[in-house]
Amino acid sequence: MKPGLLFDFIINKEDLTVTVRKEFAAPQKLVWDTFTKAYLLDQWWAPKPWISRTKSMEFKKGGRRLYAMVSPDGSQEGWAIQDYRDISPISGYKYFDAFSDKEGNINPTDPGSEWNLSFSEKNGVTTVDILIQCKTLEDMEATIKMGFKEGFTMTLGSLDELLATLK
Amino acid sequence: METRRDVFQAIADPVRRDILNMLKHQQLNLNSIAGNFDISRPAISQHIKILTECGLVVISQQGRERYCYLQPKKMSEVNDWLEPFRKLWEERYTQLDALLDRMQVEGKTKKSKKKKS
Repeated sequence: MKPGLLFDFIINKEDLTVTVRKEFAAPQKLVWDTFTKAYLLDQWWAPKPWISRTKSMEFKKGGRRLYAMVSPDGSQEGWAIQDYRDISPISGYKYFDAFSDKEGNINPTDPGSEWNLSFSEKNGVTTVDILIQCKTLEDMEATIKMGFKEGFTMTLGSLDELLATLK
Repeated sequence: METRRDVFQAIADPVRRDILNMLKHQQLNLNSIAGNFDISRPAISQHIKILTECGLVVISQQGRERYCYLQPKKMSEVNDWLEPFRKLWEERYTQLDALLDRMQVEGKTKKSKKKKS
């Protein structure tokens, strides 16, 4: 990640939130596009060598993004949905996030979580705050463990790739 | 009131996270910990009590002083638990930084081409 730009990760069990804050050396409109346009989102959402593939995305209030994280050899797919609750271009949007099948039927064991993204720009640096809100402590742990498993599997792949470049 | 005591509970509070950071390199007595905060000594004692109940901090009596020190094995549980989730976001954002750079370079190239024509 770029040096000098903030990356902060805070878990708050008192109010059952996870906050991810990041600064980008780019104008707010451009950063907004990378979060809200499927073809751009697919270029960074899945850590390499996994691939993010958006099947459908209707970026409007009441709309849905249905996408998969696909393993490099295509043998594994993890499907998820994001249901947009509210959108205020280019300052923020809210969605409900949950794992699903490829038809978009929500996984009944996933309690899901509410995501609130806000964008702001100062001196050419855009800050994105992601606030993930869970209903109960158990939901929060489940959400993190799922993200945790997802991240763990995928970052192992990235590590291999990194090691290969160092040879 | 929450009665669970685990690593998750321990790191949920910013004051407790600060205390854990202070204890990374040295053991400290209660007064020196409290001296770093604007909140009351009883409040600090309460945070330390929670940290000991979570198994992250141990208090040992040395003469008249009570010293706090970290249980490193328990601390590694915090990292094991959080690290992959944090890592996922770090990886995503490394890619997004690079994408934004490319887009800005491309944007500039397009503009300069337009000027030339």
